Amino acid sequence: MTDHQDAARDEILRRIRVALHAEQAGITEQHAGATFPAQSFRRSDQQPASVHIANFIERVSEYRATVQEVNQSGLPHALAAACQHLRLHRVVVPSDLPSAWLMDLPAINVEVIADGGLLTTAELDACDGVITGCALGIAQTGTIVLDSGLAQGRRALSLVPDVHFCVINEGQIVSLVPEAVAALAPIAQEARRPITFISGPSATSDIELNRVEGVHGPRNLVVFVVRPDEQDVITEYFYDE
Amino acid sequence: MSTPSRSNIPPAVSPASTAVETIPVALPPHGHALPPFPVNARRMLGNTQLRRNLGKATTTIRAKRAAVVSELPDWEELREAGRAIKEHTLAHLDEYLLQLERSVQRAGGQVHWARDAAEANEIVTGLVKGTGATRVVKVKSLTTDEIELNGALQAAGIEAVETDLAELIIQLAQEKSSHILVPAIHKNRAEIRELFERTIAQGQQLSDVPSELTAVARAHLRRTFLSSTVAISGANFAVAESGSIGVVESEGNGRMCLTLPQTLITVMGIEKVIPRFDDLAVFLQLLPRSSTGERMNPYTSIWTGVTPGDGPQAFHLVLLDNGRTHVLADATGRQALQCIRCSACLNICPVYERTGGHAYASVYPGPIGAILTPQLLGVEQASTLPFASSLCGACYEVCPVKINIPEVLLHLRGQVVRAKQHHTGVRGTLAQATPEAASMRTAAAILESPSRYEQAQRLAQIGQWPLARGKVIPSLPLGILSGWTAMRDLPALPSQTFRQWWRSRPEQRQEAPRD
Repeated sequence: MTDHQDAARDEILRRIRVALHAEQAGITEQHAGATFPAQSFRRSDQQPASVHIANFIERVSEYRATVQEVNQSGLPHALAAACQHLRLHRVVVPSDLPSAWLMDLPAINVEVIADGGLLTTAELDACDGVITGCALGIAQTGTIVLDSGLAQGRRALSLVPDVHFCVINEGQIVSLVPEAVAALAPIAQEARRPITFISGPSATSDIELNRVEGVHGPRNLVVFVVRPDEQDVITEYFYDE
Repeated sequence: MSTPSRSNIPPAVSPASTAVETIPVALPPHGHALPPFPVNARRMLGNTQLRRNLGKATTTIRAKRAAVVSELPDWEELREAGRAIKEHTLAHLDEYLLQLERSVQRAGGQVHWARDAAEANEIVTGLVKGTGATRVVKVKSLTTDEIELNGALQAAGIEAVETDLAELIIQLAQEKSSHILVPAIHKNRAEIRELFERTIAQGQQLSDVPSELTAVARAHLRRTFLSSTVAISGANFAVAESGSIGVVESEGNGRMCLTLPQTLITVMGIEKVIPRFDDLAVFLQLLPRSSTGERMNPYTSIWTGVTPGDGPQAFHLVLLDNGRTHVLADATGRQALQCIRCSACLNICPVYERTGGHAYASVYPGPIGAILTPQLLGVEQASTLPFASSLCGACYEVCPVKINIPEVLLHLRGQVVRAKQHHTGVRGTLAQATPEAASMRTAAAILESPSRYEQAQRLAQIGQWPLARGKVIPSLPLGILSGWTAMRDLPALPSQTFRQWWRSRPEQRQEAPRD
C-alpha cells in the first residue's frame, strides 16, 4: 500500500471513530464487546423430506426450468434422451463427473469433452451443453447451489454453454435458505471456493418488468432429481416448449 | 454516463418525450446543490408516457412482492434480524472493515480505501491502466454510478461497457437511470425497439416482443464478454469474517463479468460489510423477495479472494466512503446506511410512482434517496428532497431492514429549517426571516393571546370577502399563498366563529363549566 493509500485508510477509520464516538454512550454500550443481536427466524422446519423434495421440484419448474425425476439407474438414459431432445452435439463435463452418467451418450453420437480446467473460453463456447452435479438444493426457493466441489468443475463451465444439465441427488435437498448457508459457510471460509446460487435459467425483467428467460447465462436449465432405485418415480416430464 | 459501448455506434438521439438530459444524476461534488425537487417533479408529471409506464411497472411489482412475502411465516423476524445485523455492524464499522481487509488479503485479494469519488476513480483507473486494457465490462453498480466512474474511465481512454440490459438501454439512449433496480423502467418496449434499431441492431427490423429485444442484447454483448480481460462490479454484501463478496443478479451478465476476465475490481460502499457468512441466511431471503418479488433471484455469485484455476486471478476491493461517514455521524439519520438497495420503497411510494426517478436528480431516487442523498451531500445541497414525501409511511412498512424513512425525513426537515434559520437569524427582524419563518412567527404571536386570536378572526372574516365564493376560497393571491390553492380550495371562514356561537347560546350564561 502506498503512503497515499495509508492516509486514505487512516482518515476513513478516523472519521468512523469520530462519528461513532460523537454520540452518547447509548448504542456503543449496548453492543459492547460486539455481542451479536439475538435472532428468531426459522433455521429449519419440521416437514418430512418427501415434502421438501416435492416443493423443490415444483419451485424449480416455476422458474421455467425443466425438472425431471429419475431413478439412479435411469439417469444415463435420461441424460441421453435430454441431449437428443435438445439436439445437443457436444457437451462439456467436469473431469471428475461419474463416467457412468455418460454411458448412453456415445450411442447417440454426442461428443463428450472433459474439462480439467484447461479449455479456453472459446472452446467452452463451442460446446452446446454442460452436465454437472451440484452441492445442494434449496426447497424453499427452488435453488441449486454449485460450490466447485465434486462433479461441478470451475464456474465458467456451467456458465458459457447454452444448456445446463444439473444432477441432484434427493438427499442433497435442504428445506430452507439458512440450512444451505450453514452448509456452505466452511466452503467460503476454509476452502475459499466460489459459490453460485442458481434459480432457474438466466432471466431479465428490465423491459416493462416482463420476465424473459435466457439472457447471458444458460437459456435452458434442466434439473435431474435422482431418487433411489427402489422408489417409484412419480413424474418424468419435460417442462419446456 | 453516455459512452456508447461500441465506437461505431452513432450517438443516439434521445426521444424528446423523456427530456432528462439537464438533470444531473451522479451526486455532485460536495458543496454543490441539486436542482429543486418540485421543479423537476412538475416537469416529469407532464410526461404522460412516463406516468403510464411507471404506473404499470410499480403496480406489477408491488403485487409480486406482496405474494412472495406472504409465503414466509417468519418475515417479520427476518426483517428484525436484518435491521439488527446492520445496526450492529454500523456501530462497529471500523472493526468490521479492518476484519474484512484482513480476510480479503488472506484470500489473495488487494484492498484499497477511497475517501471520495475522485479518489475511487483514480484508484480504479490506475488499476485498469496497469493491466493494459482499454475496455472493461461492468456489472450494474449504483456505487460506480454515484462516483461517475464511467466518465472517469472514458477520460482516461478506457471504454466501459454496461452489461445489465437496462443499463445498456440507458447507456445507448445516453440517459440516466430512473430506478435503482430497473434503471430503464421509464421506457416502454416500443421505445426500446426504436432505440435498438438505431444503435445495436442497425438495419434490422425488430418486433417489440421483450424476448426478441433481449436476444438482441445477448447477441450484442456475447463477444464482448468472451474477450474482455477486466471487469468492474459493485457488491451487495461483503463478509468480514471470510472476505467473501456477494453479487445478486438475474441475467448472468454478473456471472460473466465475475468469472471470465483475468482481473476483477469491486467498488463497494463501506456500509455493505456484514459480519458473518451466516448473515447471508437473512439477506438472501430479504433481498430477492423485496426487490424483484421472486423467491430467489436467478443468480447469486459469492467469491472469496482469488481461487486458483477458477475465475479472475487478480482481485481488487475498493472501499468507498464518499460521505458515508458523514451519514454515520447522525444517530437518527444513520439508519439510511442499513439499506440493501432492494427498491421496495420506490415501488410502493405514491410520490415516486407519479414523478419517476429523474425528479430526485440523484442516483438514489425515491424514499431512500430522499433520506440518503441529503445526508451524503449535506442538507443544504438537497434541501427539497426531505419534503418529497407525503409521510404516508408505506416505505417503512415494506423496508426489509426496517429503515424508518418517515422518521428520518422529519429529522432532515428539521435540519433544513434550522439551516435556514441559521442563515437568517432566529432572532432577526421579521423582514430578515424567510416567508415561512415570518408567517410562523406571526401565527405564534396571534395564537399566544385569546384576544389577538379573536381579533384576527374578525379581521379575516371581513378581509376574505373579495376572495370567497360561497363556502370556499378557490384561489389565494400572493406568491407563497397561491401555491396552497393551486390544487385545492381553501374553506372560507363561516360568518360566525365557534367562539361567537358558544357565547351566544342562552344556556351558556347559566351553566357552570363542567370541569
